[in-house]
Amino acid sequence: MTERSGNGKVIFSEYRRGEAIKKALTMTREEILLEIRESKLKGRGGAGFPTSTKWMLSAAAVADEKYVICNADEGEPGTFKDRLLLMEYPELIFDGMVIAGYTIGAKKGIVYLRGEYEYLKEQLESYLEQMKTDNLLGKAILNNKEFDFDVIIRLGSGAYVCGEETALIESLEGFRGEARNRPPYPVNTGFQGKPTIVNNVETFAAVTHIIMKGSQWFKKYGTDKSTGSKLFSVSGDCDKPGVYELPMGIRISELLKIVGAKNTKAVQVGGASGICLPKSQFERTLAYEDVPSGGSIIIFNESRNMLKVLKNFMEFFVEESCGQCTPCRIGNIKLLEGVNMIESGNYTFKYINQLKELGKTMQLASKCGLGQSSPNPFISILENFSEEIFNNSEER
Amino acid sequence: MLVLEKNTMTEEIEKLVEKYGNLRSSLLPILQEIQSVHKYIPDFAQQEVARLLNIHPVEVYSVISFYTFLNTKPKGRYLVRLCKTISCDMQGKQAIARAIERELGISFGETTKDNKFTLEYINCLGMCDKGPAMLINNKVYTKLTPEKAIQIINEIQ
Repeated sequence: MTERSGNGKVIFSEYRRGEAIKKALTMTREEILLEIRESKLKGRGGAGFPTSTKWMLSAAAVADEKYVICNADEGEPGTFKDRLLLMEYPELIFDGMVIAGYTIGAKKGIVYLRGEYEYLKEQLESYLEQMKTDNLLGKAILNNKEFDFDVIIRLGSGAYVCGEETALIESLEGFRGEARNRPPYPVNTGFQGKPTIVNNVETFAAVTHIIMKGSQWFKKYGTDKSTGSKLFSVSGDCDKPGVYELPMGIRISELLKIVGAKNTKAVQVGGASGICLPKSQFERTLAYEDVPSGGSIIIFNESRNMLKVLKNFMEFFVEESCGQCTPCRIGNIKLLEGVNMIESGNYTFKYINQLKELGKTMQLASKCGLGQSSPNPFISILENFSEEIFNNSEER
Repeated sequence: MLVLEKNTMTEEIEKLVEKYGNLRSSLLPILQEIQSVHKYIPDFAQQEVARLLNIHPVEVYSVISFYTFLNTKPKGRYLVRLCKTISCDMQGKQAIARAIERELGISFGETTKDNKFTLEYINCLGMCDKGPAMLINNKVYTKLTPEKAIQIINEIQ
């Protein structure tokens, strides 16, 4: 067992391998679905889709095969909580996947691990072997003759867009990672056209705890609309960067205190595709009803140049756009050009305002979440830090 | 490619197809294995994979061209990839980048003459709390300083 670095009350609370599976197998599928619905668990990847709804739809779908996919394509800049879970808490993730398989009636689970984490693959595979030895995976799990479930690990190959569930499925099927049109949703027509659930690593970990300790226990933490706790990956200008488990609904200012951030000027919530908040908004809360995120928190102190930060994000999107839809493919290039214009002091406000409008068009017209959220930093940084950016540009 | 090399390549790919099954969904794992052995996916290998999976070679090429980690041109035996995302950038990525460039005598995107190192940037490695970070093949190195980065590179035999 590796040394544990997590510290928290829900996800990082005490758990022994296999316990939740044992308990789940004594419950009916409906009971499990009800328990998860009662917990009001929402997707921990950041989109916040109610997990129970996703599972109910795929459980109700009729098909000869179903799939459980764990989205471990943690590509959002500033996120590393899933890496920690995969490294140190695999029992939470895999037990959650087995429970999901039992609940929706799937026999196969796939972990889509990002290519950058290939060094974890061997360790995870040997862990899966141990689970098979303990009869927690494979044929007739815990001597339950009705229930077979197996998990394989597939690697990504360095494409951020593959974190989008339909692009992830395309990639697993051996195609370019280009998002599909929805509907039909993966819960009906997913991997190989079969009902499929795709959940974030942390979502599976939460399910394991909910089944073990009950939805009431889970709801003790967080707010009414965002129950439970959330893992936050904190990096940037602070004394103690790392993964923190904090209750949902925590104020940004409280989080900054906990991680020892001083002279903070801005906080980027939700990674490159998130929004950048200035000091005046540090009293906002980290929850689905206020500032939703997948848990990436990047802190900038007074010494940082926000235009450089924005440029870094826009370069990222230009590189990672998959290129199938025009708003995202061309829009991101245009936004980056705009940032370069500001940097060289060669711009008009008229044109910058047009670019902000273009950003809004991209939010509406892009095919998937990448293009819909890539204008977020552009719009939020230019609006929240306009004074710094436009008043100093002559000097740069 | 010599006939002998082609035959060896074909055998190798046949084994991979046997291992993963001749389904379209096996395409990525097969390409990933070829990539990790040869450091690139030669044209002939693309044609063979296509033949054995019963798809058009251009389909294979289109998949390779989409993914950053798959390439059709040879690269060095050691692929040094430095994270360039904002958190690593704030922790001094630039100094590391310059130091490695100086030491190896190449710029980013290039390969050393002895074909030992290829230097590239990579997007977020998920090591933001321990930056700057780099990957060398599949090994991750964190909390780099220019000195430490060079030491790591020099230790690679």
